[in-house]
Amino acid sequence: MADFTPVSAAIGGALIGLASVLMMLLTGRIAGVSGIFSGLLNLRGEDKGWRIAFIAGLILAPVIAGWIGYGMATPTLPGNWTVIVVAGLLVGFGSRLGGGCTSGHGICGIGRLSPRSITATIVFMVTAVATVAITRHVLGG
Amino acid sequence: MRIVAPLFCGLIFGAGLLISGMVQPTKVLAFLDIFGAWDPSLAVVMASALAVAVPGFMLASRRSQPWLAQQYFWPGKVAIDVPLVSGAALFGIGWGLVGLCPGPALENLATLSPGIIVFVVAMAAGMVLHDTWQRSRLLAQRDGQLARADG
Repeated sequence: MADFTPVSAAIGGALIGLASVLMMLLTGRIAGVSGIFSGLLNLRGEDKGWRIAFIAGLILAPVIAGWIGYGMATPTLPGNWTVIVVAGLLVGFGSRLGGGCTSGHGICGIGRLSPRSITATIVFMVTAVATVAITRHVLGG
Repeated sequence: MRIVAPLFCGLIFGAGLLISGMVQPTKVLAFLDIFGAWDPSLAVVMASALAVAVPGFMLASRRSQPWLAQQYFWPGKVAIDVPLVSGAALFGIGWGLVGLCPGPALENLATLSPGIIVFVVAMAAGMVLHDTWQRSRLLAQRDGQLARADG
């Protein structure tokens, strides 16, 4: 086991859970990031303000953290652009077809004990683990 | 308040991803790599988030109305169907390829990293592709029904 960080994981996780619950208690909306974001990708004018506000908060969090001295490291991504584009397309298409992503199904859905979300989370965990196993240990990356 | 509450929730959510390390694709991939140098941190993140979310959502479901809005938008679908499973499967493959899901991808836009911008544009394209395909399928279905009604 390398780099296991249980304390920061537990604190961060609690904040993610708290944000999801507050979103529902305050605004009545599910804090599912794929659903919130995809609602911005059409030309209809209504129902956009709260979505923009949530995503703005998400992007502002590391900016504010940077101001107080906790800057975020630039993410490490594969050097291959094709892999990045294919991954983005799959994440976008798959989250819409499956009705949610790690936040909507994994936190909010399981948080509501929804059998649909529990199923989706098990399925995407299995295919993600299989993908990493194949790319890292079969193909060797 | 319409804007302040979701902005505040986005900030807390973003802080959670940041503190837990889940904004870093390498940290997520280290969790998914169970046959390598496995890092179980993501499991702790989920367990901790659910320890707050389960009682929190229970509390919300007992109230008839959210504090700052007219009504709750609870998800209505309950069926475990082919789109759910195939969509989740495709999502997982994309997640495993790069280690990014929508929340951390959007949060990482703050770094202005070209790779992140390309990922988010591709993700948006995938979503639009899905929604356009669904819409055309629904229209075709309706036309089919109208044609049958005419005949």
